[in-house]
Amino acid sequence: MRRDEGTTRRDFLRTCITGTAVLSVSSGGALLDAAEQTSALAKSKVVVARDPVLRGAASTVDSQRVLKLLDQAMQTLFGADHPAESWKKMVRPGERVGLKVNALGGRAFSSNLQLVEAICERLQEAGIKARDIIIFDRDTEELERSGFHISTEGNRIQCFGTDQLGYEDDLVTYGSVGSRLSKILSRNCDVLINLPVLKDHDGAGVSMALKNMYGVIHNPNKYHPNGCNPYIADVNMLPDIRTKMRLTICDATTATYEGGPGYKPQYSWKNNALIVSPDPVALDYVGWQMIERKRAEKGLKTLEAEKRAPLYIATAADAQHRLGTNDPKRIAVVEV
Amino acid sequence: MAGELNSLADVKFPDVSPVNPHVRSSELDSTLDRRCFLKCAVMAGAACTLDAFAQPLTAILPWSGASAQSDSQFVVEARFYEKLQTKKIKCKLCPRECTVGDRERGYCGVRENRGGTYYSLVHSRVCTAHIDPIEKKPLFHYLPGSLAFSLATAGCNVNCKFCQNWDISQVRPEQVRADYAPPKTVAELAKQYGCPTIAYTYSEPVIFSEFLMDTADAGHAAGVRSVVVSNGYMQQKSLQAAYGKMDAVKIDLKSFSESYYRDVVCGELKPVLDSLVTLRKMAKWTEIVYLVVPTLNDSDAEFRGLAGWIKTNVGADVPLHFTRFHPEYLLKNLPPTPVPTLGRAKAIADAEGLHYVYIGNVPGHPAENTYCPKCRKLLVERMGLTTSQMLIQKNSCPFCKHPIPGIWHA
Repeated sequence: MRRDEGTTRRDFLRTCITGTAVLSVSSGGALLDAAEQTSALAKSKVVVARDPVLRGAASTVDSQRVLKLLDQAMQTLFGADHPAESWKKMVRPGERVGLKVNALGGRAFSSNLQLVEAICERLQEAGIKARDIIIFDRDTEELERSGFHISTEGNRIQCFGTDQLGYEDDLVTYGSVGSRLSKILSRNCDVLINLPVLKDHDGAGVSMALKNMYGVIHNPNKYHPNGCNPYIADVNMLPDIRTKMRLTICDATTATYEGGPGYKPQYSWKNNALIVSPDPVALDYVGWQMIERKRAEKGLKTLEAEKRAPLYIATAADAQHRLGTNDPKRIAVVEV
Repeated sequence: MAGELNSLADVKFPDVSPVNPHVRSSELDSTLDRRCFLKCAVMAGAACTLDAFAQPLTAILPWSGASAQSDSQFVVEARFYEKLQTKKIKCKLCPRECTVGDRERGYCGVRENRGGTYYSLVHSRVCTAHIDPIEKKPLFHYLPGSLAFSLATAGCNVNCKFCQNWDISQVRPEQVRADYAPPKTVAELAKQYGCPTIAYTYSEPVIFSEFLMDTADAGHAAGVRSVVVSNGYMQQKSLQAAYGKMDAVKIDLKSFSESYYRDVVCGELKPVLDSLVTLRKMAKWTEIVYLVVPTLNDSDAEFRGLAGWIKTNVGADVPLHFTRFHPEYLLKNLPPTPVPTLGRAKAIADAEGLHYVYIGNVPGHPAENTYCPKCRKLLVERMGLTTSQMLIQKNSCPFCKHPIPGIWHA
């Protein structure tokens, strides 16, 4: 009898029988214990890094301090001793890395420039070439308005909007969503790092990691009814988003607790924090609670009482999506 | 909106061949004999030659590609909205009533709040223009055999899963190439090309109401009429203001059930029914199209309810077109509508007492013709998208003198 890589028919049958035996034991509780142990190990880590003097004496974020804050967050997340070590656990030389910023809020309330510069610096130290880093959002003009320097060629870091390359002709669909993806994401990125801003949102409730992906599809205006639910979760299920997004670094240096998504200074606070996690659902849950605490502090009703609780976060965690967890028992929040 | 294509070059003719895997030959046999089949084939060929009419935008608009257009020339303040606190606005154009924050857009994607003032971004921003037979709209009781200078901008206020023009209706204006075509120019071009009518169509004219109103005024000043092909999903005030300027209206009544409107159209039925009643009160010539989608809106009960409602609320003389669905956009899993289903729909509507029930998207089908409801004689014979015979005289049947409603003569 011909043997396949050393496995005999007898070996194969033995393996099958053993597998069946293990499955039958599971009803007795042994596997359940193992599953509980696994879930304890599989808690989603969300790092909240704060620096009360992030701005020093100035009104803008200090470049060196935000770099240090980023290092603290990343090293805590990855358990690394050195900044570059943590980034090397996430990206490999030769990969093209897209940084999806949120540039809708102009200079006052878009992804922080100093933070983005710090990320680019560490990515290059991890072996990513400058030309393989693309900072992008929907529109080039919006990026410029937010203070980003547009760059489309040479060996420098790239920075431009999807309007420069356009959207794919073909629709991609999931659930309630049918959209065309930004060619920057579909063609020019192997890895996506999500860089949202911590915001109140009049439609969705809050806007952070998951909602920021509206900026990579051609028709976000179609997905705002019903508190953006289930649309936000469905958008994040689109294959290029789900498979390429490895990390979210939420800019919570300035945040809003009311009046969003546009910037209303009267409803903003200098939070001086970064929220970092590979789990966008857990990050959104933690950010939501942060906004609720600020709302309570200011004497405002909860988002649920205002009938705009971000229900899409639970949808993203449900059995159809499994994009992460919104169960506080399965989220390990680490404050540094 | 569905039911029309960007150009005749894109026309997908109905699958009448038995080789079509979705249509059983027995289904065809039940309605199309050999003669009918050959006639359909000839009509399809004839319709192909109509491509000459369907000149693309670049041929019609002489300034196309001449220079990059500035976005600012397409931006005008919206006419139907109210200002709210903290620079927000509430759109009053359609029943959706989007509340839009500063620098955000409404559901349609073509209206933007800039500092608390709401703007249309698509005035004179024509993304497609063609010269079509009026029968293509379809308007069967309006100047048969005439041409319509047909145009659209990007955008739509619903999101039909079967949309045939989703590549212009479900995009933002900056995502599709467009040309600057101000109202007076449109009116002049319509005259130049021998079109007695301008048709606002293809995407959803509700969302470019300001442009539509200004162009209708310019057209009327130049002796050119206007018609609109619309989903009718509007607030009554905006409907009266905008469609009051139209000479005829075609409404896509996509279903007679709220659940279909919610799940397939992303809209609501009731406002559309209200629009039809309002148009009736305005004495505006109106025709209704019902796209029959297999398994979703093709039950006897729905056809009966639809026909009964039309007869009671807008009258038995309103033409009703049952048109054939073809798989598109997000509904590619369904087959084209079997022709017998359309026949069943027509039979039910006829039995309910409607006088002018047509079958569309089936070239050469006898139910494309207009017959006198009294003496049953043929009055208007149509072949695909063309009118081959038009016998109505003085708005009446020449045989029995029964009045035939419509706008028959220029």
